[in-house]
Amino acid sequence: MGISRRTLVKNAAAFGAFAGAGLPHIWIKNADLARAAGGEIKVGVLFSLTGGLSIVEKSLHDATMMAISEINAAGGVKGMKISAIAEDGASDPKTYNEKASKLVIQDRVPTVFGSYTSASRKAVLPVFEKRNNLYFYPTYYEGFECSKNVVYTGAVPNQQLSNFIPWIVKTLGKKKFFIVGSNYIYPREMAKVSKILIEKSGGEWIADEYLELGHSEWGSMVNKIKGSGCDVVLSNVVGDSVVAFYREYKNQGLTHDKLPICATVTSEIEIAAMGPEYAVGSYTSFPYFQAIDTDRNKAFVERYRAFVKDPKAVTHHALESSYFQVFLWKQAVEKATEVTPVAIREAVKGQEFDAPNGHVKIDPDNLHTYLTPRIAQWQANGQGKIIDAYKEPTIPLPYVAYGETESNLFCTGKGLDTAKLKI
Amino acid sequence: MLEVLFIGLSVGSILLLVALGLAITYGAMGVINMAHGELVMIGAYVTVLSGIWLGANIFVAIPIAFIVTALLGLLIEHVVVRRLYGRLLDTLLATWGIAILIQQAVRLELALSFFGIHIQGLGPGLQNVSVPAILQGTFVIGGAEINRYRTFIIFVTAVLAFVTWLIMYRTAIGMQVRAIIRNPKMAAACGINVARINALTFAFGSGLAGIAGVMMSGFKTVFPDMGTSMVVDGFLVVVMGGVGSLLGSVLSAGILGEINGFVAAATNDILARAVVFGVVILIIILKPKGLFALKGR
Repeated sequence: MGISRRTLVKNAAAFGAFAGAGLPHIWIKNADLARAAGGEIKVGVLFSLTGGLSIVEKSLHDATMMAISEINAAGGVKGMKISAIAEDGASDPKTYNEKASKLVIQDRVPTVFGSYTSASRKAVLPVFEKRNNLYFYPTYYEGFECSKNVVYTGAVPNQQLSNFIPWIVKTLGKKKFFIVGSNYIYPREMAKVSKILIEKSGGEWIADEYLELGHSEWGSMVNKIKGSGCDVVLSNVVGDSVVAFYREYKNQGLTHDKLPICATVTSEIEIAAMGPEYAVGSYTSFPYFQAIDTDRNKAFVERYRAFVKDPKAVTHHALESSYFQVFLWKQAVEKATEVTPVAIREAVKGQEFDAPNGHVKIDPDNLHTYLTPRIAQWQANGQGKIIDAYKEPTIPLPYVAYGETESNLFCTGKGLDTAKLKI
Repeated sequence: MLEVLFIGLSVGSILLLVALGLAITYGAMGVINMAHGELVMIGAYVTVLSGIWLGANIFVAIPIAFIVTALLGLLIEHVVVRRLYGRLLDTLLATWGIAILIQQAVRLELALSFFGIHIQGLGPGLQNVSVPAILQGTFVIGGAEINRYRTFIIFVTAVLAFVTWLIMYRTAIGMQVRAIIRNPKMAAACGINVARINALTFAFGSGLAGIAGVMMSGFKTVFPDMGTSMVVDGFLVVVMGGVGSLLGSVLSAGILGEINGFVAAATNDILARAVVFGVVILIIILKPKGLFALKGR
């Protein structure tokens, strides 16, 4: 593949204009310069506003915009206003890649906030690594990644499962797990971690089954669950399949008091979509639930509802991370000596913030976030009642499925130690 | 065993539910209606809206959805499809455009969201329909637990297939439709008002899609994109069954449903779907006109 003539002409023209303007610095080298340049600091906001994933991603976009408007209302960062350049990933990894390139190369933003799926994150990753730019990713994901150009503020498998599985075995007294998920990387990696933890906790897993993403024909699967002799279902099912799954589950006569579904993806947003009566009594493990009973969180939920002008809007884990990560970024910019991606990344290491879910902190080694794991049981009003929680935030271990522990980190500031990876 | 058979049957009936309307419009009129899935989606939204605004349950929603989508079908036929008869690929493109328009209309709440007006039940978000208590849970036949809602879907599909058969083979209009399927020009020469019959056929096919939407709303999430994937499954059934053959559609839906059910039970759902596509490819290779092709003249 070569450079087409059109791109060449366009680039040449852009470079000409660029040179004509006296080669301005690509990055704002210090805050004074920025103030002189209009007192603005540009950031990219990249979520899907159209397409199949827009239902969830629109809420992440809104939460990000809300954080930006709150920071601006309070005076901005170092006296500069944040100016958000929002782009639409259109639920399509290829579009994600193009829009990320546009934000990084054309708009020259020092940071982009975005992505809900691992597919879209993987699609934009090369853009940020090649240009040494910075990306903030808010969603819980499968781990197994060590990039010095991404700050991860959602949970990794050990923060969703390390308390969940032992709790299911000890507190619920369930030992035979049926693991079910959508057929792609996240559910499969979650299953890998689950199996390790299940065996460690003295339980056993009797099946490990997958369905296509977006599939809504759950007849055979639920029938299989019924005949398998399991006493608990561990669900890593994603997207609108969740709705069809829980509905079929109830319609085939299974109940959550006898055979509970314990889920890692089912959040307030999916519960609202299926109708709470189908989920009553089932469990989910997340660091954040709308029902967290603190003044800070209640105020957050109210502000969000006012911001999107919907008194019934629900908040959920990835949404909350989308919100607080902007504040972590703001603190990093304030600490950094210059507004460049590298300087912001160095400054974000070890940053702490009081988020709606509690205290969060960026791990200086792997740029993931310390979060507090919680388990909730879904109620008839569509809210999760928190019935178990860690006392304090736990360390993020993106490589826990490959034997990473607190004292033996695989991903450090120097990069990934591939010698430790046994695949 | 009985349960697996039943699941296969219910998968088949859902396939047929979507395919029935397509079979009529594609078979009778040579229109590849890419907006069929969106008509299913409209049917599902009618269920949501009639629940919110009229307090009506799923049973009441069936006739309302039929009327709404049939009228919408009539409109689409009059405005667009009518001008494209005999241009198969053009109908594909045009109806695809209509599909996008319908999706956006729902997402933008009929463009009222631009004026800050919100209609509860529309918009880009997820909607759901609660199923009446008598359709929830299971009943037991011969030791097997049978899902009530799926039984209801099978029943509705059977009734719709029967009604369609009655209309096609026992009424004067049906006879005219069949004549048009065989040879539209000859039918016109014999004094059949082809334009009027085509419009009615399209409306009826759209109405069937609406009822399919009501059924879908009971176990799927209702949102603007929900119809997109259904068209593929529908055409799978229609093409395998043979264009214009009602019996072919019924049988191919049943066969594909049972294959899906049994392979899924024996192995897993992902393989089942691959096998279903493999079978369809094989049949199209062996019998390019489908299982029950009409003999051309």
